[in-house]
Amino acid sequence: MFLESRTDAGGALLIARGAWCASAAPELARAIAAAPLAGPRVTLDAQSLAALDLTGAYFLGELERRVRAAGTGLEWRGARPELLEFTTTLAAPPAEARRAHSPVEPLGQLGRWTVERGSAVHDVLEFLGRIQFVLGSALLRPQRLRIQSIVRHVYETGIQAIPIVALIAFLISVIVAYIGAEELRQFGGEVYVVDLVTISVLRELGVLLTAIIVAGRSGSAFTAEIGVMRLNEEIDALRAIGINVVEVLVLPRLLGLIIALPLLTVIADAMGLAGGAVLSWLALGIPFTQFLARMQEAIATTTFWAGLLKAPVFAFVIAMIGTLRGLQVRESSRELGRLTTTAVVQSIFMVLFVDAVFAVVYWEADF
Amino acid sequence: MAAGTPIVRVRGVANRFGAQQVHEDLDMEVRRGEIFGIVGGSGSGKSVLLRTILGLQRPTAGTVEIEGRDLTRLWGAELRAVKRSYGVTFQSGALFSALTVAENVELPIREAHALPAAMLAGLAALKIGLVGLPADAGGKYPAQLSGGMVKRAALARALALDPALLFLDEPTSGLDPIAASAFDELLLYLQRTLKLTVIMVTHDLDSIYRTCNRVGVIVDRHMVSDTLEGIVANPHPWIQEYFHGARGRAARRA
Repeated sequence: MFLESRTDAGGALLIARGAWCASAAPELARAIAAAPLAGPRVTLDAQSLAALDLTGAYFLGELERRVRAAGTGLEWRGARPELLEFTTTLAAPPAEARRAHSPVEPLGQLGRWTVERGSAVHDVLEFLGRIQFVLGSALLRPQRLRIQSIVRHVYETGIQAIPIVALIAFLISVIVAYIGAEELRQFGGEVYVVDLVTISVLRELGVLLTAIIVAGRSGSAFTAEIGVMRLNEEIDALRAIGINVVEVLVLPRLLGLIIALPLLTVIADAMGLAGGAVLSWLALGIPFTQFLARMQEAIATTTFWAGLLKAPVFAFVIAMIGTLRGLQVRESSRELGRLTTTAVVQSIFMVLFVDAVFAVVYWEADF
Repeated sequence: MAAGTPIVRVRGVANRFGAQQVHEDLDMEVRRGEIFGIVGGSGSGKSVLLRTILGLQRPTAGTVEIEGRDLTRLWGAELRAVKRSYGVTFQSGALFSALTVAENVELPIREAHALPAAMLAGLAALKIGLVGLPADAGGKYPAQLSGGMVKRAALARALALDPALLFLDEPTSGLDPIAASAFDELLLYLQRTLKLTVIMVTHDLDSIYRTCNRVGVIVDRHMVSDTLEGIVANPHPWIQEYFHGARGRAARRA
């Protein structure tokens, strides 16, 4: 019982009792919400309070505001508590700033979106330019290539990804071979499973799966590493020392991934073919020697290279998006999470988009 | 200075990390209503001591009592209740960067009590005004604030649940002398008005002379605590160097 109320003809008498403290906040909120504010006049009495802290004083003030808002007269029996006087001397609560809804708001949003997109394109182009410039000058003076750093990134993005890439390539090709075998059996053409597996793995699946795994593993790591460095002001520190950020942070990751991704693709190709061969042998009874012979017939000399050629391009796209998003992190940890997500989604999308472009180019060039 | 029952009592605390003994049989007592400064060289274990008192880290030996409850023997809900009874500000502010200042202040209240949104906002606005921040600071994110404003916002969050006990870790570090002295005045004002007990770790000699009633110095893994006058007169060489070095003399004259 924090607020005792007595009502008579003259109005309500509200007596605050007990400890009006932060620990009782919900009870105080309920008590003032239930307080009767009727009558010509409300009298408040705080003389029997056992304790009052700032939270309690806020609720007393809130009670006063409610009485006034109800258009009822207000008076204090005994002194108005000192702490309540104190809270009213503090700055008034800020008015909630709400953006006005106007009919042209959608137009404004479209405008803002357009400007943002424009500056995003500008950022990407500028970043590409800086990479090219730094890459050019580093190639002229190879001691600026930071070989140690590149090697570390080859290890982290390449060597450490081997188990997961190998496993996924093996499983996907088993699935493709299995579904292919089911369908082709209807035409008595089980042996064409070999063609299906080898061509799809070498041209598309091997490199595409590898790129998507790497985008999820390393693209996100690039954004997170560089983003945390930004939040820690490490990027500013590098700049202040006079070190080119693109040269030390972006280029080693970019070159490391351009080396690692084609190598991972070769492993994915090999494991994919192995998966196809294992399934052909177990499910269709095609021995390994026959699988190999059929494979030689199925593929052209360009099939393997058609897939592998895409790997460095995918690597460039993934590393560029990952590092750029990392450098864009500002201010908060939430920003870091948001940009890491953006980096992964965008690099997977761009990998698929570039793959589609490759498909058209190969088609036209009859490669 | 009234000698009352101690609000914080640390007895025989030892902290050891591997072979490194940070504290050994350390005693400390803070009385209700005083501002107690913790001083010590870099690496003397000021932060470790603070973390021990806050119950964030269990000491290797000894007891830590806050209002008579021994933190080192509490777990779960009981420990949480003790933690709700004090407020802390951390050295770099430790404001949650994804939340606005007002949301930062509301967070402890929201965690402790179910309150209507308007009342949460009102309480937060009160605390933001209390620490001398302008009303529009509530809607800003920590990254948009200056160093001094971050310290004040952190103080507002520490005071969210109206604790009687306040811990401050280097509250004036990184502030310019004017902002630091304004923070000292704010602290004294709040301490008088809200009858707070304040324990602060600091290196700022000006701040110690201005605000502290008593000072505890961590030397040789123990704590020597006394009134400010008593500490300044202490013959220990490190304490002499600290308070009577070039910086100490300048601060004393001020």
